Amino acid sequence: MDAFLMQYIDPYFLRILVLIGINIILALGLNITTGVTGQLSMGHAGFMSLGAYTSAILSLQFSAPFWAALLCGALVAAFFGFLIGIPTLRLEGDYLAMVTIGFAEIVRVFFLNFEPGGKAVGLSGIPQNTTFGIVLLLVIIVIFFNARLLKSRLGRSMYAIRENEIAAEACGVNITRIKVLAFTIGASLGGLGGALYAHYMFFIRPQDFAFMQSIELLNMVILGGMGSIPGTILGAVILTIAPELLRIVAEYRLLFYGALLVLLMIFRPNGLLGDVRIYDLRKRWINKEVNV
Amino acid sequence: MFLEQLLNGITLGSTYALIALGYTMVYGIIQLINFAHGEIYMIGAFVGLFLVAVGANIFLALLGAMLFCMLLGMIIERVAYRPLRGKSTRLSALISAIGVSIFLSTLMALLAQTNTRSYPEVISNRTFHLGSLELSVLQISILAVAAILMIGLHLMIQHTRLGKAMRASSQDLDASYLMGINVNRIISATFAIGSALAAAGGVMVGVYYHAVWPYMGMMAGLKAFAAAILGGIGSIPGAMVGGITLGVLEIMGVAYISPSYKDAIAFGILIIVLLIRPQGLFGRKIVKKV
Repeated sequence: MDAFLMQYIDPYFLRILVLIGINIILALGLNITTGVTGQLSMGHAGFMSLGAYTSAILSLQFSAPFWAALLCGALVAAFFGFLIGIPTLRLEGDYLAMVTIGFAEIVRVFFLNFEPGGKAVGLSGIPQNTTFGIVLLLVIIVIFFNARLLKSRLGRSMYAIRENEIAAEACGVNITRIKVLAFTIGASLGGLGGALYAHYMFFIRPQDFAFMQSIELLNMVILGGMGSIPGTILGAVILTIAPELLRIVAEYRLLFYGALLVLLMIFRPNGLLGDVRIYDLRKRWINKEVNV
Repeated sequence: MFLEQLLNGITLGSTYALIALGYTMVYGIIQLINFAHGEIYMIGAFVGLFLVAVGANIFLALLGAMLFCMLLGMIIERVAYRPLRGKSTRLSALISAIGVSIFLSTLMALLAQTNTRSYPEVISNRTFHLGSLELSVLQISILAVAAILMIGLHLMIQHTRLGKAMRASSQDLDASYLMGINVNRIISATFAIGSALAAAGGVMVGVYYHAVWPYMGMMAGLKAFAAAILGGIGSIPGAMVGGITLGVLEIMGVAYISPSYKDAIAFGILIIVLLIRPQGLFGRKIVKKV
């Protein structure tokens, strides 16, 4: 499919499309933890890093098939998501944010000193198995799965925890189980995104998954609108394209990027599409048609 | 050896504490993690360097950096946080803070180039012995300045009208407003004081390690945030103790475990402490009410 697309699309644009896809998967994962369940996670890059390294090592050292590497990357990240989910039962808000930051930093320092991961130099020569077709397919599957999840009993319980934990508990929501699940599902998508990233970039280093990467993913979720699938997708698209468009201002790029974040928040304090759900959009669309 | 490491840790920790104070004070009043705070510390260090370079005395440079950052902190609050207050969630304000942080570090990188600038030796590095302990004039000066600033802050918070208004605002912003406190001015003052302390921390780190660079704010800000959380965010004595504890842990980790795991050790211990005491060392346990 990629070879076919290459005839019509500039490789530079194809590359941006692939990165948008990977970022959508990563941001949708974080959206489940932070956007939907309301547990502020500022260490999503840690899960991404675990997925990337696990899959890369499997591909390089054990020449595992691509799908197996992706699956293992997601599973390892999910396991750590489960572990990080447990402290959420005792910690709240910014204390939890600190634990997630600490976790991601520990993962980064671990890989900086990890012999099979190539230490600070990183890993290179990872087979470039991630193609546009595969990313597109996975994005569709992840969006579908997300939309179903948020409509399900589990998804509604997650929203309930974000809105009011005590009320949710009083209504019979098992807070412990849902919070840990939210972290596990979010982390597994982080791992999947990381694995795709590693097999696209061909080369990974520990600093690719530093604090700034976590912040960038968080920006996508909040900018788009917390807890909304279309919002998160829009956030991922805008924040992937923005730095590319800002290349025209060369070295002033990050200056504009920073100012853009401030301005967007001032004019759209609840995100671009705060809490808009695909389901509601469709309902609104249908109603409109009936009214006309 | 152990005592020296302890002293090094306390020196480093006292600079963390100065930055952490700004985090905790702002958080105490408006529940915002001011991510731009690390950049204010960085800019403070650069302003100090600039003043030293044009020939100012180090203490004058310290004062100048503090005044400059005071103004900067107030401007940032006015431009990036006040428009959001009251009509957005805490997280939008957080993103705005991140935007300011990226803006300031890039601006500084453009102005001063990305490479490391070295601080001239403004305070002599002469050492003397106290029993078996080796002390340097530099370390003592840093500890003394940090102590003076912290005691000054404590006196101000506890005994002045402004301090009283700040404490009231941190307890209940709306009620303070109803009692006739000009809440916006108090928030502005909080940013000013916190930023001045961070600038002092920046100048002292510059003098201590002889180096400043535009991206130094990120890690220092993260560490100071960790210190504030460790002490219990919103608590002023907590930030002081948390900062010094984190500094000591970090230096001890480097000395006795492994230098390559420096950051991991500090964060690892932080996580363990939070698991045992979820509200931090000095934080009050918040009883959830319906």
